[in-house]
Amino acid sequence: MADTERPRPDHGEPVDARPLLQMRGIVKEFPGVRALDDVDLDVAAGEVHCLLGQNGAGKSTLIKVLAGAYRPDAGEILWAGEPVVFGSPHDADAAGIATIHQELDLVPGLSVAENIVLGHEPGRFGFSRPRAADDAARALLRRLGHPEIPPRRELGRLSAAGQQIVSMARALSRDARLIVMDEPSAVLDADEVDNLFRVVRELTAAGVAVVYISHRLEEIRRIGDRVTVLKDGRTVARNLPAPRTPTAEVIRLMTGRAIEYVFPERGPSPSGEIVLDVDGLGRRGEFADVSFTVRAGEVVGLAGLVGSGRSEILETVYGARRPTAGSVAVRGRKLAPGSVPAAVRAGMGLAPEERKSQGLLMSEPVYRNVSLPALRRFARAGFLRGGAELAAAAEVTAQLDVRPADPTRPVRTLSGGNQQKVVLARWLLEECSVLLLDEPTRGVDVGARSEIYALVRRLAARGVAVVLVSSEVPEVLGLADRVLVVREGRVVREAPAAELDEGRVLDLVMEGRQREGAL
Amino acid sequence: MTNGDSQAVTVPPAAEQGRVERAAAQADRPSALARVLDTSAGRNLGLVAVLLVLCVIGLATADTFATTSNLLTILTSASIIGVITVGVTIVIIGGGIDLSVGKVMALASVWATTVATQSYGPAVMVFCALAVGAGCGLVNGVLIAYGRIVPFIVTLAMLISAQGLAERISGKRSQIVTDPTIAAIATTRLLGIPLLVYIFAAVVAVGWVLLNRTTFGRRTFAIGGNPEAARLAGLHVRRHTMLLYVISGLCCGIAAIMIASLTTTGSSTHGTLYELDAIAAVIIGGTLLTGGRGTLIGSILGVLVFTTITNLFILNNLATEVQNIAKGLIIVAAVLFQSRARRADT
Repeated sequence: MADTERPRPDHGEPVDARPLLQMRGIVKEFPGVRALDDVDLDVAAGEVHCLLGQNGAGKSTLIKVLAGAYRPDAGEILWAGEPVVFGSPHDADAAGIATIHQELDLVPGLSVAENIVLGHEPGRFGFSRPRAADDAARALLRRLGHPEIPPRRELGRLSAAGQQIVSMARALSRDARLIVMDEPSAVLDADEVDNLFRVVRELTAAGVAVVYISHRLEEIRRIGDRVTVLKDGRTVARNLPAPRTPTAEVIRLMTGRAIEYVFPERGPSPSGEIVLDVDGLGRRGEFADVSFTVRAGEVVGLAGLVGSGRSEILETVYGARRPTAGSVAVRGRKLAPGSVPAAVRAGMGLAPEERKSQGLLMSEPVYRNVSLPALRRFARAGFLRGGAELAAAAEVTAQLDVRPADPTRPVRTLSGGNQQKVVLARWLLEECSVLLLDEPTRGVDVGARSEIYALVRRLAARGVAVVLVSSEVPEVLGLADRVLVVREGRVVREAPAAELDEGRVLDLVMEGRQREGAL
Repeated sequence: MTNGDSQAVTVPPAAEQGRVERAAAQADRPSALARVLDTSAGRNLGLVAVLLVLCVIGLATADTFATTSNLLTILTSASIIGVITVGVTIVIIGGGIDLSVGKVMALASVWATTVATQSYGPAVMVFCALAVGAGCGLVNGVLIAYGRIVPFIVTLAMLISAQGLAERISGKRSQIVTDPTIAAIATTRLLGIPLLVYIFAAVVAVGWVLLNRTTFGRRTFAIGGNPEAARLAGLHVRRHTMLLYVISGLCCGIAAIMIASLTTTGSSTHGTLYELDAIAAVIIGGTLLTGGRGTLIGSILGVLVFTTITNLFILNNLATEVQNIAKGLIIVAAVLFQSRARRADT
């Protein structure tokens, strides 16, 4: 099929109907979370198929299933029409599937040529033939339009873009018929992206299929043929024609509500004292000039796309990143910049974006996770009073209805929603007055979502000032009293949630991205 | 591996322990047996079994093995490396590693036994050993926590330079302990048990309480298990990390007094390869080298296993080379056993 030397006169026209890869009803479960739930993906030879979705939507898991790194719990994979089972990455490799990972999986200490032929080095009687490897590498690099990369150069000394090319040469050297590119443009500047696209077009012209993953939607419009969108581990749209689908539609699919969530009733507009005062906060290269205040009992939402700087802002407010400008004050007292302990002492708490790696001690029991910041309260002269700690943790986890209701269970055995409740219970126990929530419902199933929404509202009703970051616009609008729209590291609009609707926020989030234009 | 259920109700032989633990963990409500197995002593049942097997071998092969004096010999020779292992265990649970312990102890023993130091009397000698140990630990800790250098490199550099400094101060000669009080530590017995064993027991007790009953211990587990989560929970991760190395250094200082007393010398040759013995004991004791999980009791059992093996070989007049081969095999066997048990557990 690799010989379909098919010109692509009009990029974006319905592609050759012969599917090279069909993934049907793929399910993959991890303890506590269903990462993929009945996901489909069709890729035809010679097309650029874009896979879209928020962080945590299941893209990486799907790719790992495709690459043989994970075995799906259910579903089937058809490769050139034949059902296949990829038991290991080697199987996928042998079938002609190559993956260019986000973190390039090259060996920096080896030469360019050695990297390209790694795993199938040309040799005779066990002796390597470096000259043959160099020749093969040179031919591939020329084909990719980069004859200037010397095969003998140590890989680590190439630029990120150069390494990307080598990674692609490596995929080609194995006669890959399908190349998965996971955010290839993330490390490239504009010129290098242009070159990347030229190479991608050459590959597809030669009949190679490309699965392209990127957060930059304008790239999808430039390079993509068809689009499949994932959300919460489900396929929410498949095989949309990339050039004719409006960007707004794609963003709505990625961020919009799949199910009508019940948002709790808002109270009267909060008029408590100002608890959190962020003034001119900035971090070079990430965001600048962010100012806002949050009153006691108020929920302020930050809306923005991935990469807009919303999480960075939250972490800087918390002191986990050191600001290069501006200040943060709680109840009128300025906090020491870049100090999490100072923020916690002042009554702040953060439920971080990556619950597992940033939030929890996965193998420790629930109660130890809950008591971590408040340990001092259960100790006399540094000695823990175990009973008091367990009792207090049991009380807050019961209040939040953490299930199963056994605080001595290891956190890793809980579902995503209950793990998130454990993080929230931590700050409830600490009696924090400012709560920062970064994607509080990511990886949380539908039922637990409403509970978390109700909980956030309840905390606000008690007088806690809440800052909420979410990539789901309806969530921000439904939960927050006031919304700040963030784009490219700047606050572009601040308004009461009641004055905004989803369409208006999407406009603001993407302004300059030709919302009405085709993808 | 699915036939574990039927065995869960009977008392398992040691080799079946992991399987039973697994079966019990799968049950919704942990059985009483599972709860016993989950205590630190229970998790180390395998090591206790190894120790018992060694004792049986000892009884069978050497008449003198079970005598009081031989058992006290085992405990005494375990005491110095045991004290060091307490510090190393705490550092490893906190996510670090300390390779410098043996030579920090040597340096502390040398510094405490110079003619000048000895002229001030025993109290100053003890203080000097502790201060040198804690000081080296502080240098390690500051470089690791605030200088952000990998612990392996920092403590390796400390090992080398402490060795050099100890040689420099002593002129590569053994310094005789002339102070009668210090010399008497190793020969004193209370209720028939050497004072060194009491010191060992006291350090273990303090270490155990620190790890299991204090906020400091809890935070050590948290930082070793997930430093980023600990940081975002508002813990002073760097200060805490630094203190872990100070504690390890302090243990070396205590060990320095003990070895100076036992050998009546302070010498730069003391403590050679102690770091490896200590780390080996920590590993077979079931502590994760990546931090966050482990028990002090396991490490101490590990020390006792190694010391008992040495004792058995000496009693049977076997060559020390064979001894080392046996130790190596035990390390591998223990880790294989633990990783199986852990994989089934998750």
